[in-house]
Amino acid sequence: MQAFFANPAVSWTLLTTGGILLVVIWVLLSLAFLLLADRKIWAGVQMRKGPNVVGPFGLLQSFADFFKFVLKEIVIPAGADKVVFILAPLISLILAFVGWAVVPFAPGWVVSNLNVGILYLLAMSSLGVYGIIMGGWASNSKYPFLGALRSAAQMVSYEVSIGLIIITVILLAGSMNLSTIVEKQSGWIWNWNVFGGAGLNNLILLPVMVVAMGMFYISALAETNRPPFDLPEAESELVAGYQVEYSSTPYLLFMVAEYSNIVLMCAMISVLFFGGWNPGFPTDFLNSWHPFAANFFLALVFYAKICFWFFMFAMAKAIVPRYRYDQLMRLGWKVFLPTSLVLVAAVAAWRVFGPAA
Amino acid sequence: MPVQAIAFYLLAFVTIAAGLLVVSARNPVHSVLFLITAFFSAAGLFVLLGAEFLAMLLVVVYVGAVAVLFLFVVMMLDVDFAELRQGFVQYLPFGGVIALVIATEMVMVVAAVATNGAAAKNALPNASPGGVPNTEAIGRVLYTDYVFFFQLAGLVLLVAMIGAIVLTLRHKPGVKRQDIGKQVARTPKTGMELVQIKPGEGISE
Repeated sequence: MQAFFANPAVSWTLLTTGGILLVVIWVLLSLAFLLLADRKIWAGVQMRKGPNVVGPFGLLQSFADFFKFVLKEIVIPAGADKVVFILAPLISLILAFVGWAVVPFAPGWVVSNLNVGILYLLAMSSLGVYGIIMGGWASNSKYPFLGALRSAAQMVSYEVSIGLIIITVILLAGSMNLSTIVEKQSGWIWNWNVFGGAGLNNLILLPVMVVAMGMFYISALAETNRPPFDLPEAESELVAGYQVEYSSTPYLLFMVAEYSNIVLMCAMISVLFFGGWNPGFPTDFLNSWHPFAANFFLALVFYAKICFWFFMFAMAKAIVPRYRYDQLMRLGWKVFLPTSLVLVAAVAAWRVFGPAA
Repeated sequence: MPVQAIAFYLLAFVTIAAGLLVVSARNPVHSVLFLITAFFSAAGLFVLLGAEFLAMLLVVVYVGAVAVLFLFVVMMLDVDFAELRQGFVQYLPFGGVIALVIATEMVMVVAAVATNGAAAKNALPNASPGGVPNTEAIGRVLYTDYVFFFQLAGLVLLVAMIGAIVLTLRHKPGVKRQDIGKQVARTPKTGMELVQIKPGEGISE
């Protein structure tokens, strides 16, 4: 038995599986409360109380919703393509969770420390569109299909600008490994990429990176189909978009996938622009701590940043009215794409001709 | 090693099975979905080789963008498949010739590996030459030795894009377009006019 666990392949498999389980459970539990937070914030902006019946302050509302979804009947429309119809929410959910594999929570606390972690995240978020298209098409119904087509066009458009903005961060960090990107932003707050990264010398890049961060935030809203870019499920035009024909558990999977993607995007903004687990001041005092406690502290810092960005997502949903579809496309292709190209050129020029070169 | 072997056979099997299903599926949307599966498992094979950069690019570019547009077009097109099948016999000889050429090439590659023996089999492609991560290795080669070819390829794509735009761009006369800059710049002065109307006369237009 001892020999079996000493086998590197076995111990690696067990450790990785354990890590994956931890991350998935953490994300799911966080989602339960972030969903409630989303509704509470939305309600607060509109001077309502929001869910407040199930548990103290309505804290258990998400769990009640979960049981409600799971215990209902799964309805599959008569003309639907059954296999694709069931496959679509599953694919959505899986793709929403595999992205978490490369997110570094604290030094060394990452499931897979990929060299191309940032590209992997981009790849997985670009795959997310398949769940939506498949769901919309397989429903064999007009509104879901229109919603799916809108969503496909929207996500493909905004991925372009997200990719270009990520390039500015890669240029600053000199690496595509997310852990390396976060480590480069350690120390004082002006080492964060949003302030130009790497010390006060780079502070001249502040205007460039703030614009990049803002555009990344807006593109992330569009990429996750959040208001004001929720045209794929615009309820005033398309009932509920690609989700119209879905009920019970498949619908729940779609919703969990959507929120997991949102939280993943919040994590990405924190990692790329706001120093990931770095609290914004030198963390030398952590050297005397137990390594686990130190890592836990840093993970909490990262978690706080994710929660802050989730709050920003919720506020955008509460206060911004929905875009019209042609305006959305115009913003993506005619404003964000050229601007992000200019930003890439500016950062690249600074890297080549600036003092850091 | 056994983990890699299991992963390789799994991915290779899925790639080939999905490839076969692409051509044999009756529903074209299913064909595209199988094509995406094939792309995705091919990316997995790249990862097994250590070429993680190529794998991610394959997923981002082909699966994430090109295949989405494929799917888009296939879903939107109203294709009559009974009609398409009628041409099957007509195109059979041509397809047969292409299949023969490709089969010959594959046999030649296999034969080359077989005759060169173990040396060729062991010469695995080096994904990270000199310990440099392959993203960096590709970048160095692409932007130094092959920079002209790289730029040329970019120009070809640019020409293709401009061509497509020129062929499809039509400015219909009489279409009202939104100019957001103009709308934002509108003030009460330019937007409205105060008129004193005499009773019973109205405004002459």
